[in-house]
Amino acid sequence: MSRCALTEDMQIYLPIAEVSVNAFLLLGLGGIVGILSGMFGVGGGFLMTPLLFFIGIPPAVAVATEANQIVASSFSGVLAHLRRKTVDLRMGTVLLIGGLVGAAMGVVVFNYLKAQGQVDLLVKLCYVVFLGVIGSLMFIESLNAIRKTKSGKAPARKKHNWVHGLPFKMRFRVSGLYISVIPPVLVGVSVGILAAIMGVGGGFIMVPAMIYLLGMPTKVVVGTSLFQIIFVTAFTTLLHATTNFTVDIVLAVLLLVGGVIGAQIGTRIGVKMKAEQLRILLALMVLVVCGKLALDLLLMPSELYSIGAATGH
Amino acid sequence: MMGRRIISTLLALVFGLVATAQAEEVVLGLSKDKISITTNFAGSEILIFGAIKREEVIPEGPPLEVIVAVAGPSAPLTVRRKEKRLGIWVNTDAVEVDRAPSFYAVHTSGPLRDVLKDVEDLRHKISVPRAIRSVGAPPDIQDASSFTDALIRIRGRSNLYQLREASVTVTDQTLFRTAVQLPAALTEGDYATRIFLTRDGAVISSYETTIDVQKVGMERWLFELSRGQPLIYGIMSLAIAIAAGWTASAVFRIFRA
Repeated sequence: MSRCALTEDMQIYLPIAEVSVNAFLLLGLGGIVGILSGMFGVGGGFLMTPLLFFIGIPPAVAVATEANQIVASSFSGVLAHLRRKTVDLRMGTVLLIGGLVGAAMGVVVFNYLKAQGQVDLLVKLCYVVFLGVIGSLMFIESLNAIRKTKSGKAPARKKHNWVHGLPFKMRFRVSGLYISVIPPVLVGVSVGILAAIMGVGGGFIMVPAMIYLLGMPTKVVVGTSLFQIIFVTAFTTLLHATTNFTVDIVLAVLLLVGGVIGAQIGTRIGVKMKAEQLRILLALMVLVVCGKLALDLLLMPSELYSIGAATGH
Repeated sequence: MMGRRIISTLLALVFGLVATAQAEEVVLGLSKDKISITTNFAGSEILIFGAIKREEVIPEGPPLEVIVAVAGPSAPLTVRRKEKRLGIWVNTDAVEVDRAPSFYAVHTSGPLRDVLKDVEDLRHKISVPRAIRSVGAPPDIQDASSFTDALIRIRGRSNLYQLREASVTVTDQTLFRTAVQLPAALTEGDYATRIFLTRDGAVISSYETTIDVQKVGMERWLFELSRGQPLIYGIMSLAIAIAAGWTASAVFRIFRA
């Protein structure tokens, strides 16, 4: 327990997590994840939450606090997109209705498993599955894209699929779509569940679903998903704050300040790199985090026992 | 007849008084009796020192030993054990511990087993395993003790449970002192501090006081708001985070321009 005086001064006691962490470590983590999210145009929640596990923040606090941070880091993004009119408010609202339902369901599942002592497992399993699938898909897709650009063929977007056969059709003018509301609501619900359980915005699921499943034009996808994410993660933050008391505002602000600065730097690095190279890099990074979490579940832990709050009789 | 009865009652009273009055008593000093958890709290050290007040000469026989026990607020908790199920490590068995202090430090002036008899430990609940109360494990768990052992091991690793033998310095059987390290991950509450004087492993006198550990300032305010008014706390967290995020990006834009 011997640390030098300099680092000891930078220790900050987090009032809700009830642990003492180095303030520069948190600013640095926020900064690194911010750089990555700026480079790749992703929210970064799916990287930040596992990193918070690794530095010893209790998973319940990490998930709830990350939801709070995502609201803040998406806020200026949404404003920019609203100004550019690249938000499909109607589609965003439909996705949002699904998202709120999903978030409420997610928090109920989260609290039930917390009482059973299985919440860490649930959160980590979700991460392994989603990071594994998304990482592999992205990796394969960007490899294909690189090969196709070399052979000179442009990938074609499917215009018509099974989604167009469903009832309850609605016109989405900004996206130029006339489709059933069922698929967007379902996309919203699943993203809401993920937001509550994993502490992520869910952009990494929603953006591909909007492009490939709903057939939305790429220019409105990011703004619309950010619009939905802001409200769903705000709702999730309030649910966690009122039922679990696990939102740590001090932690959130430290991560945020690092994150915003990092994002600005990342955006500039991102402009200088090719899109396919970026995607391959991101895919590899996602797979590394996934692999680390998977190993934790598969290898025998050095401590088999863990201490949790009493479940009550 | 009557007179002898009165005399014997008086005698009994006098002997009773003599027996209950302690020949050796603790006069205690603490370097601080209040610990404030501030934003930059990184653990603390408390110096516990004192003297032994006695009316007569130091008794013959085995020397005086001192035990200092500091206990944080107790709470029930669950200890879980992982097992390999379908290839992954999953929490399976769980044992409820009825009462476990969030922090517990035992400092002694010699090896614990020499300065304290087991029967005295049982009565005063001094050693770490005795300070934890576990009533019963589910019938399907045979090795309930391995769960409490794990609790002591895990909290011991993060310095929350400490047994420091021979760390109390006793001078001339009259003055004693020790320093208790409180780690950074401290829960707030009343920390019961007990001092035991022993001779030949038997407790001859004890003294109890409390150290007040409290979050102060912003830490206190945020914590109480999050428990007392969770909705307001949640809305405030969102507002602060949005404001902070927006300001940070605005500042950056100014720098860029």
